[in-house]
Amino acid sequence: MEIVVCLKQVPDTETQIKIAASSKAIEGGDIKWVMNPYDEYGVEEALRLKEKFKGTVTVVSLGPDRTVESLRTALAMGADKAVHITADSTELDPLATAELLAAAIKGLPHDVIFCGQRAVDLDQAQVGAALAEKLGIPHVALVTKLEVAADASKATANRPVEGQTLVIEASLPALFTAQKGLNEPRYASLPGIMKAKRKPMDKKDAAALGVTVTSMREILKLTPPPSRPPGKIVGGESVEEKAVALVRLLHEEAKAV
Amino acid sequence: MAQGIWFVAEQRDGALRKVSFEVASAARRLADGMGATTAGILLGAGVAGEAPRLGAYGADKVFVCEHDALKNYTTDAYAGVIAGLVKEHKPAILLFSASTEGKDLSSRLAARFNVGLAMDCIQYWLTDDKKLAAKRPIYAGKAMMDLVPLGEPQMATGRPNVMGLIPPDENKKPEVVAVPFSLDPASLKTKVVDLIKDTTGRIELTEADIIVSGGRGMKGPENYTILEEMAAVLKAAVGASRSAVDAGWRPHTDQVGQTGKVVSPNLYIACGISGAIQHLAGMSSSKVIVAVNKDAEAPIFQKADYGIVADLFEAVPIMTREFKKILQS
Repeated sequence: MEIVVCLKQVPDTETQIKIAASSKAIEGGDIKWVMNPYDEYGVEEALRLKEKFKGTVTVVSLGPDRTVESLRTALAMGADKAVHITADSTELDPLATAELLAAAIKGLPHDVIFCGQRAVDLDQAQVGAALAEKLGIPHVALVTKLEVAADASKATANRPVEGQTLVIEASLPALFTAQKGLNEPRYASLPGIMKAKRKPMDKKDAAALGVTVTSMREILKLTPPPSRPPGKIVGGESVEEKAVALVRLLHEEAKAV
Repeated sequence: MAQGIWFVAEQRDGALRKVSFEVASAARRLADGMGATTAGILLGAGVAGEAPRLGAYGADKVFVCEHDALKNYTTDAYAGVIAGLVKEHKPAILLFSASTEGKDLSSRLAARFNVGLAMDCIQYWLTDDKKLAAKRPIYAGKAMMDLVPLGEPQMATGRPNVMGLIPPDENKKPEVVAVPFSLDPASLKTKVVDLIKDTTGRIELTEADIIVSGGRGMKGPENYTILEEMAAVLKAAVGASRSAVDAGWRPHTDQVGQTGKVVSPNLYIACGISGAIQHLAGMSSSKVIVAVNKDAEAPIFQKADYGIVADLFEAVPIMTREFKKILQS
């Protein structure tokens, strides 16, 4: 089975975000970059499919030089080879990202493709569906369970939506976006890390892929979140007094209940 | 020339969902700002009777397409029908709810049309040249991005529960246009083979008006019953912090935060949650934030509008009792 996983390098979720002087981007200075958490579920699921059916797991990422570290992490987890599309991912919109990924993946055999359900940086949740569209294959988003037929003809995926879970059958090749609950991603082992250094890492840029990058989004500005007025610590002699006073304030002042 | 502001309504089991009225309202407000008309799209099986209800929230017209293949949402079938309508009528703006369905459908369609898409927005407005502009949280709300999605139609999705409804006008009836289902069902590459209903009656976090949430301070899964009791009184959803989910106390679907659900209820009651930055990112757009924590130094108090420094196991039952009194009076 031929499996492709797309991954993105994002700031660690503990990162404080500072807006750059241009007001169009964030300051990149002291950010700790990690593999997008949702992409880890995609890597793990790909490795499990490979363990079950044999085959190849190829990881693909798009971004500046530092992106190689996240690709190496996936290789250390057990992926077989990597494709690094060199570009400044912070400047690309989801459509351009999907075009570049599609151009790279078209040349690779693929039965199943995984993406994270969203990247925890710009939270756009678009690239998975857009990539599937550019490849002309179906996709199922937000998958928490996946069963792939041994002959790679079809797969059945659980997709929880508001108040219910849809069980969806898709013909392969197909793309699935992974989320928490799909599996528990493994850690890279020390031998895995050593091996990863010798695994193939193919580098390509937009020109080599024959893609002219455009943007369908005009960023006006980035701003900090609106500041909240300072809150009230509700005092009292006892927990009873505090709790009663709090509920009264929520009802009478905040009108929230 | 492209004209008109369109929106995609959502139904479940043949009944319109609340997010449909929100997206209809958003379309109406923009249309009033540019002297345009609005039209909704409603897909399903046995849903035509619901279409007129969108009129109350400003829809001038509703396109209805009914077919068994549209009963439950699949990306293939829904995107196919909507793409056909959009190519024929060329709306200027196409809006969706940022529900699981709206996010999925809009992403696929934007790629098909090669246009920009502003995802999960909390505010829309018109630029001087009457283009749609939008504000959306990024980094789960640690920053905001103002942007203009380019191309035609301009596309955007609005976060549920944020932009609100226009005052309904029950006398307004939209023109309902039946659209034939022209796709070949055999061409569809995905189909719903089963549907597992959540029968617990839980309220969906992303659409809840009130959320009661518990963290590590809950000390164990069995203690969530006190939050569930409060939630039952308030008709609230129950959320959890990442540490509570990682400890296996609550299902991952309940996780609020940057790596879980990003929520915007009217009232968020955080119990025994210290306020890790990735949790705060996921709930800081709530309108009123309440913290109950026995550690006065917990970072959650920096974000809270109201807080009490107290043992939650004492405070929560008292609060539940008081909420019950208020709601019964």
